[in-house]
Amino acid sequence: MSGLSPGYILLEDGSRFDGLLCGDPEMSTVGEVVFNTAMTGYQEAVTDPSYAGQIITFTYPMIGNYGTSPAAMESSGAHARGVIMRDARNGTDAATAESGWLDWLAENRVVAITGVNTRALVRHIRDKGAMRGAILPAGIGQDEGVLRVTAEPTMAGSDFATQVSPDSPIEFDGDGIHVVALDTGIKASITSQLRQRGCRVTLLPSNSGPDAVLERDPDLIFLANGPGDPAAVAVVVDTVRELVGKKPMVGICLGHQLLCRAVGLETFKLPFGHRGSNHPVKDLETGVIEITSQNHGFAVLGPDGGQTIDEDEPVKWQTAFGEAVLSHINLYDRTVEGLRLPDAKAMTVQHHPEAGPGPRDSRHLFDRFLELAD
Amino acid sequence: MPRRDDIKKIMLIGSGPIVIGQAAEFDYSGVQACKVLLEEGYEVVLVNSNPATIMTDPEFATRTYVEPLLPGPVAAIIEKERPDALLPTLGGQTALNLAMDLSADGTLEKYGVELIGANRKAIIRAEDREVFRQVMNDAGIRIPWSVTVESVDEALAVLDSGDATLPAIIRPAFTMGGQGGGIAETREELISIVAKGVAASPIGQVLVEESVIGWGEFELEVMRDHKDNVVIICSIENLDPMGVHTGDSITIAPAQSLTDPVYQSLRDIAIKVIREVGVETGGSNVQFAVNPADGEIAVIEMNPRVSRSSALASKATGFPIAKMAAKLAVGYALEEIPNDITRATPAAFEPSIDYVVTKIPRFAFEKFPGAEHRLSTYMQSVGEVMAIGRTFRQSFSKALASRELDATTTVPASDDDLLEEIKIPTPERIDLIMAGLARGISVEAIHERTSIDPWFLRELASLALEEDGTEGMERIYSSVDTCAAEFEARTPYYYSSCEAPGSPTEVRRGNRPSVVILGAGPNRIGQGIEFDYCCVHAAMTVRDCGRDAVMVNCNPETVSTDYDTSDRLYFEPLTLEHVLAVCEVEKPEGVIVQFGGQTPLKLAQGLRDAGIPLLGTPVEAIDAAEDRGKFGALIDRLGIKPPPYGSAMSAEEAVEVAATVGYPLLVRPSFVLGGRAMEICYSGEDLDTYLKQHVQASPEHPLLLDRFLENAIEVDVDALCDGDEVKVAGIMQHVEEAGVHSGDSACVIPPMSIGDDMLEEIREATAAIALELGVIGLINIQFAIAEGGLYVIEANPRASRTVPFVSKAIGAPVAKLATRIMLGQKLADLDLPESNGSHVSVKEAVLPFSRFQGSDSVLGPEMKSTGEVIGIGPDFPTAFGKAQAAAGVALPDEGTVFISVTDTDKPAATQLAARFHDLGFKVVSTGGTAQAISRMGVPVETINKIAEGSPHVVDLIEDGRCDLVINTPTGSGARADGYEIRSTAIRHGIPSLTTMTGASAAVRAIGVSRNGPGEVYSLQELHAR
Repeated sequence: MSGLSPGYILLEDGSRFDGLLCGDPEMSTVGEVVFNTAMTGYQEAVTDPSYAGQIITFTYPMIGNYGTSPAAMESSGAHARGVIMRDARNGTDAATAESGWLDWLAENRVVAITGVNTRALVRHIRDKGAMRGAILPAGIGQDEGVLRVTAEPTMAGSDFATQVSPDSPIEFDGDGIHVVALDTGIKASITSQLRQRGCRVTLLPSNSGPDAVLERDPDLIFLANGPGDPAAVAVVVDTVRELVGKKPMVGICLGHQLLCRAVGLETFKLPFGHRGSNHPVKDLETGVIEITSQNHGFAVLGPDGGQTIDEDEPVKWQTAFGEAVLSHINLYDRTVEGLRLPDAKAMTVQHHPEAGPGPRDSRHLFDRFLELAD
Repeated sequence: MPRRDDIKKIMLIGSGPIVIGQAAEFDYSGVQACKVLLEEGYEVVLVNSNPATIMTDPEFATRTYVEPLLPGPVAAIIEKERPDALLPTLGGQTALNLAMDLSADGTLEKYGVELIGANRKAIIRAEDREVFRQVMNDAGIRIPWSVTVESVDEALAVLDSGDATLPAIIRPAFTMGGQGGGIAETREELISIVAKGVAASPIGQVLVEESVIGWGEFELEVMRDHKDNVVIICSIENLDPMGVHTGDSITIAPAQSLTDPVYQSLRDIAIKVIREVGVETGGSNVQFAVNPADGEIAVIEMNPRVSRSSALASKATGFPIAKMAAKLAVGYALEEIPNDITRATPAAFEPSIDYVVTKIPRFAFEKFPGAEHRLSTYMQSVGEVMAIGRTFRQSFSKALASRELDATTTVPASDDDLLEEIKIPTPERIDLIMAGLARGISVEAIHERTSIDPWFLRELASLALEEDGTEGMERIYSSVDTCAAEFEARTPYYYSSCEAPGSPTEVRRGNRPSVVILGAGPNRIGQGIEFDYCCVHAAMTVRDCGRDAVMVNCNPETVSTDYDTSDRLYFEPLTLEHVLAVCEVEKPEGVIVQFGGQTPLKLAQGLRDAGIPLLGTPVEAIDAAEDRGKFGALIDRLGIKPPPYGSAMSAEEAVEVAATVGYPLLVRPSFVLGGRAMEICYSGEDLDTYLKQHVQASPEHPLLLDRFLENAIEVDVDALCDGDEVKVAGIMQHVEEAGVHSGDSACVIPPMSIGDDMLEEIREATAAIALELGVIGLINIQFAIAEGGLYVIEANPRASRTVPFVSKAIGAPVAKLATRIMLGQKLADLDLPESNGSHVSVKEAVLPFSRFQGSDSVLGPEMKSTGEVIGIGPDFPTAFGKAQAAAGVALPDEGTVFISVTDTDKPAATQLAARFHDLGFKVVSTGGTAQAISRMGVPVETINKIAEGSPHVVDLIEDGRCDLVINTPTGSGARADGYEIRSTAIRHGIPSLTTMTGASAAVRAIGVSRNGPGEVYSLQELHAR
């Protein structure tokens, strides 16, 4: 780990938060500044492709306590553009640590800043909404900083999913159900959950058309998580619309939003998103509440166009694909968390049942997913 | 389903007196539960024998019974009140055990009382070690293995069969504190330790148990609702690895060293444990050992109730576990309860925090000379402090500052010696480690000897070498909000931390004037829950009087640090620096320093020097009462006598002064807390010994010498003074020999054997002293009545330990009235009832001797009790009997009574012996007393005094052949004997009475109890009379 040098965070509304840059004193980055309230799982977060284009503020102050390890990788590398911390650590004492956190960030060219009053920053974002921002060396003036920040496109309207999608198909062996995924940035934990259940998994580039998917002869089509605005990936939504009903289909996070858009629901940008490991999600069909891992900046509007679901029962309506059911809601803000299309054998959830990081309460959903393919 | 309508009346059981392992946290949880149940429209029947609790204030329940927490009295209350349900999970182990007893003896079934919160089956599945083991095994949850063996051969057989592996812990069955056990690393050690253990065990049995010593220790606080939704409220990591009781460990929240997958595994297991055990609703605590080498997890135990840890978790996260547990018990689901703090989100979630919480226990080994300074698997701490900081270092350094240690730890000069010392966990170990790190000893060297996780040691090293990393930063206040700022906090619960300059503070200070109340800090012997009780009353009153109540305290166990108690809570160390910083934000109308014991009083001068207005008694008056010279002159002006006294700057002078003051002498250093290093000297020889053993008298620290008034009746008075008028709230007569610290002495209201003239003289002297000192608020004065004369022993112009007892006895909130006076009201405008004659209240002290291996458990001028109970009855004997029973030393119905009294008590003692004989007791006595009894024609067995050699009275008690001790000692030898007799009695749980007043009450109480259990009545009924 190299030394610390003065730096700051500049938000598009001109707010500034000072700190110390970790690593290369010349490095800077621009992106959407968001916050994550999980107290563990920093490496998993930074390697989650859904964070592409974003700078993560960790609300928990001590980050890096147990180092880094290959087991915590959610993809082949870092996707977040930067991390903002209160009191970063670089130790390697933990038995599983292969390298220090700050060393790992430097190696992966992730811009990191520590010593920041992250609570003040988080309260600002909470009140004003997630916005573009930059991590800058103190040597770069605020005027220059503002230019850099505003040059960055806003998250609304941005297609990052295509950027993180693989160029060519990736295949994993398995004896069981064949799951074909439109890979908009799938997390390793999802692939791993499917494979633990014996699935054969094929990951296709996200711009693969319906025929390319069906050619693979899937038992189940999987719509992956991923970054950016679901409205900006109309191509994938079109593909999904073609495929619904033809094969059983499941989806997580961005995949959920894409299926919802495909059946005619709209998506909207949440003020500051849901990112953490403590969000209560209620299954409206069983009444069970699960504590979930969350990472999304956009959410699905109800069939009536409302942002919240006030009923405590599944909301049902008719679509071109038969009956649709809003199956899950988030109990923090009563936003939509899950969709089910019984006739089309499809279901999706907004949260992350695979955990990695976060609670595993919802992992059983993978069993439900696979039941659709039986 | 919202609340249950099929139950109307709920009984809640408190945890009784404060003892080690069960302290103020159960008042905190009980108060929350009472408040919630009343708000929900239920009738609440509360039973708790501890008068110093907020929960036993009459407004916290529909019916409040301060009866002994024993099946008999509680069954009588059930019979009278007919509650629909019993909630047993908020009063610690005491309430849980009592509920199980009432279930086992059929009482609950007989009266149709439903156990809510945890049922009988779940309690057994969690509490019975063997059943728990089976439940965990069936569920596939790993717990440390253990095998019971009765010989070395058997132990070797299980080793060879693979059922046991090394290292293993050997625990002999039924020996105190693991005596005769040890850790076997090798086959040879197994052979020798098992051999020793089998020999040490009275039943020849030892437990060979898997050693997880040195593994990391973690706890998770879990809540479950009747819909089977489960959430984790908090994770706690112990800095001290397995081997030190979690109550004695330094603990950190949240867990620091766990990766996400390992944490999630703990979470999954904790959820599985609460489901398997079958706790239907409420909070539980699951303890884990985690092998740092490979992340292997074993479950150590689970508590199917709220606990000390859940109180800590509530304070650490802002999530009120006890309150939620009460709501869940009456039928709510987590999703139906709003999160108190955000008000916008439901309680069905898991708190996320954006700071670090440190808890450090507070010990009292210095009170128990001879006790082995070694932390182990049973709890020995008497209190704790908690601190919140944005970083680990800030949190930890605040916690260290909160401890208010009386002495600094002696650090060995050589590194080798230091490294040797830290191998053993002790209260001082953390200070040694900090000193070692500051000196440059490596993290690796310390880790090797302590097994403390290197992450912690590196943090501590940077704290030791670079301090807390706040240079150039500014102190701001942030909210505890359960959600890491994701939502706006509505609850004004704050902590300070240092952040980059220009950071915003979150305190929302309205325009109302505020009054800052300084709490009492960590509970310790001599400064316990009584002071927190007064602080809470002050906060309530400040609010009632139209000001914002602002609380500053660092004790997580207390009601005062419940964010509901005040308008703003600052969870901060009670140091001048931190208190001044709060005043800077609050700009208070005044600060109250009278209620938190010595802790805030020590800050009074500093606050005044900083220009902060103090409410109530001025600093000068506090000083005048504490300065012997000034106080002596003051009472001299008033014509009130102290016992003859003097002071000495050197040992030589002490001998001279002793000659003028006269023996026996009470000797102590000038600066004392709770009577430390105080002794009675009967002769010049005693004094020489004292001077050599204890104290170096010096001009800075003079030695105080007072005449000890032998055979005196001691009296405590609590009074209110508004500067113009004085009202005595309570006059308490001690039911204990003179020379026992007032905190350890039983006492009674109204006084039993003091004449009206003397009571009037006491009232007049109290008024004169209070007015002359200029007291505004409370004053406590201790008097002694000897040979018909009244002597004043000391005056403390502040809330005393007895304020809650007096309040319960007379049915008036004395601390609240004092607060009103401090805010400018006059006594004439306040309603203070004259003590009515309809009932008698007795306070009895509870002692912790059994916790301290090898300690000389001797009562004397130094306070040693941890808690107290109250007994209320229509007459003194009934009240006295109840107090004894509540304190765990119930008077016997039959058996053997030992009587040994001083000459002046002999006539009364013969009468007493006759009555015991008539009640069917066997009477045993020594020399003179036995002769006197025998002359009255009462059969008596004579036994040796201690000095006369074995078999003597102590042997009698040790052998379990004595059921009651009556001993009124006078003079050096008798007093020393008396201490030993009483200590032995206490160790064996045998009641021991040291005054004839107490003895007469006892014999009468035993007689009365023959007529069946007495009537039970609630405080509400009592004070309505």
